[in-house]
Amino acid sequence: MIECKNITKIYKGNVEETVALKNVSFTINDGEFVAIIGPSGSGKSTLMHTLGALDTPTSGKYFLDGKDVSKLSDDELADIRKGKIGFVFQAFNLLPRTTVLRNVMLPLMYAGVPLEEREKRAKQSLEDAGLNESHFDHLSNQLSGGQMQRVAIARALVNNPSLILADEPTGNLDSKTGDIVLDTFKKLNEQGRTIVLITHERYIAEHAKRVIAIKDGEIVEDTLQGNKNKTFNAIKE
Amino acid sequence: MKFKDLFKETFSSLLMNKARSGLTVLGIVIGIGSVIALVAIGQGATSSIESSIESMGSNLVMVTPGAQQGAGVRISAGRGSAKSLTAEDVEEISKLSEAETVAPVVTGQYQVTAKGTNTRTSVVGVTPAYADVKSIEISEGVFITTQNNKSSSKVAVIGPTVRDDLFGEDAIDVIGQNIRINNIIFKVVGITIAKGTSGMSNADDMIYIPLSTIQRFLTGNEYLSTINIEAIDQNSMSVLQTEITSLLLDLHNITDSASADFTVTTQEDMIESASSISETLSMLLGGIAAISLIVGGIGIMNMMLTTVTERTREIGLRKAIGAKRKDINTQFLVEAIMLTFIGGIIGIIIGGSAAFILNYFDIISTQVSLSSVLLAFGVSAAIGIIFGYYPARRASNLNPIEALRYE
Repeated sequence: MIECKNITKIYKGNVEETVALKNVSFTINDGEFVAIIGPSGSGKSTLMHTLGALDTPTSGKYFLDGKDVSKLSDDELADIRKGKIGFVFQAFNLLPRTTVLRNVMLPLMYAGVPLEEREKRAKQSLEDAGLNESHFDHLSNQLSGGQMQRVAIARALVNNPSLILADEPTGNLDSKTGDIVLDTFKKLNEQGRTIVLITHERYIAEHAKRVIAIKDGEIVEDTLQGNKNKTFNAIKE
Repeated sequence: MKFKDLFKETFSSLLMNKARSGLTVLGIVIGIGSVIALVAIGQGATSSIESSIESMGSNLVMVTPGAQQGAGVRISAGRGSAKSLTAEDVEEISKLSEAETVAPVVTGQYQVTAKGTNTRTSVVGVTPAYADVKSIEISEGVFITTQNNKSSSKVAVIGPTVRDDLFGEDAIDVIGQNIRINNIIFKVVGITIAKGTSGMSNADDMIYIPLSTIQRFLTGNEYLSTINIEAIDQNSMSVLQTEITSLLLDLHNITDSASADFTVTTQEDMIESASSISETLSMLLGGIAAISLIVGGIGIMNMMLTTVTERTREIGLRKAIGAKRKDINTQFLVEAIMLTFIGGIIGIIIGGSAAFILNYFDIISTQVSLSSVLLAFGVSAAIGIIFGYYPARRASNLNPIEALRYE
């Protein structure tokens, strides 16, 4: 479960301060599929970094599964990411010239999981992400974009995280493969995974059950299925 | 992160850029290899110089004419030109209790001919004591005797090189034949056993004739070139050196030891100064090699910095999926150490074999010591740590957010 309470993030530049997030508060329960939508510069990336324990807020509290993450050190944040968060990036970020299986096993290496179990769990994740077993031994650069993103999803799943954070996961894909990836997220959510998807595209956000719209560092709408249009209108210029 | 995983990660990232890793390793191979080979050459030189000085005889103290110049060994070129040592000096030195044997010598370079062949070589006027002092052994015939000296006989004992030069390598019955030294006929009475090059002179390329003969027929004066003295034991060499110095100062009526017209050198002095020369040589060679090792280290750093920049996104990803600062730091440091270590091992093998080959084919005598191997090993690991430290730190300090965004 995710709880954000009055999260504010201020970046100190040389000349002036930039307020990226202003008093943002919301809660995401286990098993939800949430899209965070906003135009560029809205603060959605900052929010993603905070939710992903890559960065800490300037003020406010962020509880992940009841644990306060907002004041942790870099290494403590790394531990949180290792155990509780799975990332899916726009640019896939797979290790180049490395097999699919090894890419997926990578987070488990840092978690200190024994080798045989790593392999077993990585294979399971790859199947869950909808990748055919015949691709497991392929090198990451031999795959198509859609396959690469599914490998990345499998990598995000492999440590059984409380939260899967996807940052513009279809941004580098054509609409057809993008749909396959979005379907994969849907299926994973149906299996009980909590998914937070960050995007600037309305079409992508429509796949989620709940949409949080953010603009100028503030939440402008937060609606469940059915009322999404209201949310989308809120951030229209 | 487990050790095994660390090695796998390291190997796969090094193999990802085979050419670059290979060239970087080559830098270290050359560095370590040349350290090993050049230090081996230096040490080989030291030990061969030392053993050749030792082969000159044992517990040897030498008196040569001419002033002492600094603490070093006097170059033998000055020998014989200054005239200050006489038979009286020899007699007085013989009375010293530390002097076991005293062998006065007159040397000169003369044209020597026999049956149409000719050579120019060292002719040494000696007494029988010379054979003891310089450990000269006879393979055929006899050495110069006391009787020869008394009667100034025109007899000669020749070294094996001289025999080969004058009579050919497969000559037999050389004993009894005549040779001409400076156009004076001498009868060959003995041939010495081959001894090899000794320090600055080749003991095999010499002709020994009686001391009185050389003085009367060749130099035409009574002065001596060298007085060789064998001390009773090793410990009394320096005592003997002091005693001879004060004795000769007295005999030559010199009050100020700085203006002495002779030099007393012990074998130890010679070994010491010779090894100080060869040690300087070793250090010079090692220093040159060390420079190439540092250049190799800079190569490592250069490669690691490039790698860190190239793999910024990978580092960001690793951090995002839970790698700690320490994990990243260790990974890149181990990569650098692995490179130098592989380079170090190959370098030791190549440097060692180069030294072995040089020695085996008698090109230069070399000596690979365990200490230089261990040193090279340690240095290569240290270079990995030193030159890998900064790039690894840079990698581990990357902010994951910025690293992931890096284009």
